[in-house]
Amino acid sequence: MTEEIIIAGFGGQGVLSMGKILAYSGVMQNKEVSWMPSYGPEMRGGTSNVTVILSDERISSPTLNAYDTAIILNQQSMDKFESSVKPGGVLVYDPNGITHHPTRKDINIYQVPATEKASEMGNMKFFNMIILGGFLKVKPVVKEEFIKKGLEKSLPVRHHGLIPDNLKAVTLGSEILKPINTL
Amino acid sequence: MKELKLMKGNEAIAEAAIRCGVDGYFGYPITPQSEILEHLMSENPYDKTGMVVLQAESETASINMVYGGACLGKKVMTSSSSPGISLMQEGLSYMAGAELPALVVNVVRGGPGLGTIQPSQADYFQTVKGGGHGDYRLITLAPAFVQEMYDFVELAFELAFKYRNPVMILSDGIIGQVMEKVEVDDYKSRWTNEYIREQFPWAMTGKTADRPHRIITSLELEASRQEKVNLRLQSKYKDCEAQEVRYETTQCEDADYFIVAYGSSARISQKAVEVARENGIKVGLIRPITLWPFPSKAIQEITAKAKGILCVEMSAGQLIEDVKLAVECKIPVEHFGRFGGIIPSPAEVVEALHSKLM
Amino acid sequence: MKREDIVKPENLIYKRTSVLTDNVMHYCPGCGHGVIHRLIAEVVDEMGIQDKTLIVAPVGCSVLAYNYFDLDAAEAAHGRAPALATAMKRLRPDQFVLTYQGDGDLAAIGTAETIHACNRGENITMIFVNNGIYGMTGGQMAPTTLEGMKTATSPYGRDLSTMGNPLKITELIAQLPGSYYVTRQAVYTPALVRKCKKAIRNAFEYQKLNKGTSFVEIVSNCNSGWKLPPVKANQWLEEHMLPFFPLGDLKVPENK
Repeated sequence: MTEEIIIAGFGGQGVLSMGKILAYSGVMQNKEVSWMPSYGPEMRGGTSNVTVILSDERISSPTLNAYDTAIILNQQSMDKFESSVKPGGVLVYDPNGITHHPTRKDINIYQVPATEKASEMGNMKFFNMIILGGFLKVKPVVKEEFIKKGLEKSLPVRHHGLIPDNLKAVTLGSEILKPINTL
Repeated sequence: MKELKLMKGNEAIAEAAIRCGVDGYFGYPITPQSEILEHLMSENPYDKTGMVVLQAESETASINMVYGGACLGKKVMTSSSSPGISLMQEGLSYMAGAELPALVVNVVRGGPGLGTIQPSQADYFQTVKGGGHGDYRLITLAPAFVQEMYDFVELAFELAFKYRNPVMILSDGIIGQVMEKVEVDDYKSRWTNEYIREQFPWAMTGKTADRPHRIITSLELEASRQEKVNLRLQSKYKDCEAQEVRYETTQCEDADYFIVAYGSSARISQKAVEVARENGIKVGLIRPITLWPFPSKAIQEITAKAKGILCVEMSAGQLIEDVKLAVECKIPVEHFGRFGGIIPSPAEVVEALHSKLM
Repeated sequence: MKREDIVKPENLIYKRTSVLTDNVMHYCPGCGHGVIHRLIAEVVDEMGIQDKTLIVAPVGCSVLAYNYFDLDAAEAAHGRAPALATAMKRLRPDQFVLTYQGDGDLAAIGTAETIHACNRGENITMIFVNNGIYGMTGGQMAPTTLEGMKTATSPYGRDLSTMGNPLKITELIAQLPGSYYVTRQAVYTPALVRKCKKAIRNAFEYQKLNKGTSFVEIVSNCNSGWKLPPVKANQWLEEHMLPFFPLGDLKVPENK
């Protein structure tokens, strides 16, 4: 099993940390993982993306041009990565701020209205975990127990009190996942 | 006990340094490798192992601090990225001339000049063909995985002390910035001063009555003596070439075509090999792990019946020169590269296989 | 009287210091380096720290200093001695670490290393021999060459408007919070030699306190570069160098 994922959105949306939690959960499940951010001037303010790969074998390229799954959090990233999903692959996106929705018919497309839910909850911090929950519902690449361990490893100890709420957000994400196009 | 961690390549270098008993790190911040110094500073290595970490005023000062520490028989290192490594060439030449062990890590970025902060492999020539003045060699290790960033720190010091020569870990912005699973070791003790005094008859440990004073220098005013120094160095390099070549092959047994690539380009190329094989093209990958000494003989033997070789590198064509020399131009050798900080995609590599070799 | 009648321990009134080697020094007759080497060697000898002293030689006339001191020694690249010494002292705080540098080495090409080592307060001793000229390479202009002084690269005299000003780096170092003891000495008369030795001794003793950099400038001569016989060179030193580089302590520990 190898799962090649791109997560893309605005800097500040928790793109990198979502990827890191997913990658660390993979490590806890003793998978091979790779987490490769775009870095440099791109990081400052503009768009931010990270390639996360989980595999049972040694991972070849940490940077890719085609993905099994794209997790898209803003319009610029939709424009850039919709075409990079492999045929038969998965695109998960938050419809908030998306004006041009994905149009491909050869991939599975899901919405997770995470921005809306997070603002209802009054805490945008859990936004990325809601998205992650939606993705894991479609592709259960790591088990829930390892998500908890991944959170413990990737969050600083002073934030460990927030882990139960983070896990609730993951569950919430899986509940509000909405299929748009399935093969 | 082994422990699993998710780490950036840069952090793995720093973590390995602390855990394998390095005595001192001296460095200056530069993107994309500042996490090395940052990680070292945040881990308080002095409390853990007594390791000294100092942010120097420049790369020039850093490499000369490394020079100073190496004179004492201590395990010392620095790290930088391309422009900073250029500043260190003087020190590297001096250390090679004075036959001092040390580790220098280069997390390469795009050049020339200030260039970009994105990944590149354009420092190959600088590393394996000289860089500083004089006839000298740097033992050069090219990690392709974060685990290798970790493992090669200890290996680098083994080789550095075995040959009394500086060792370069030639990495790049991808391997420096990517996070992967790393198995880390327990903390090892640093060498004691007594151990160094016994083991290294060249090291400055303080002149005692039982031995002559020790001088570490690369200066020899008489040409005939300097020629002897050079001959000794060359003979040492020959030994190293005979014993220390390291490389890895993937799916080479039945291959018609070969890709030769190191570091992150080898990872990208391995993906390209997977894709090409799905399309029925028999491609194999040869990944040099030591760039000097270069696996010339292995490449020659493995590719003896090849239809063609593609060198994939994030440069305008540097590694390809050594590959051409290795096969003595008996086989078509082509180059595919992106440069200036652009990372080639696996699809581009497959396309280059088609357009350049078939 | 035979030689054997003379060479007896009870007749000994002066000898080569044991911390110097038997190698014949290459320095020009009248040069200050020989005297300064001897003073350092005597201090190391008297303090009994030969096995605990590491010396870093520069590039310049004293590039071969390591051949004359019977100490473990390293030869630095031009100007980089303070960087080497920084690492040495930090990795072996139990040792006395000493740099020996000239004006070109310490105050031109190595200015950054000098200033930053002193500013960090590296617990080392720096001996700075200032003769206002590049001696080894044949008498070119140095950062400390005086106004109007003729050298191979200022053949009509140093013109401040185009060649810049001579640098009083010792005054600069005295301003830095990391420097602990900063003094300027000379060795062209016996009285000054004795004074200079005391300063060098202080500079070594202060390393035991771990309170910062000890810096001793020694204004010296260069007969060959100045194109003067030794006695005249010393007169010239007194008349021209000392008004610009006045002798004395620039910074002494307050508790002294």
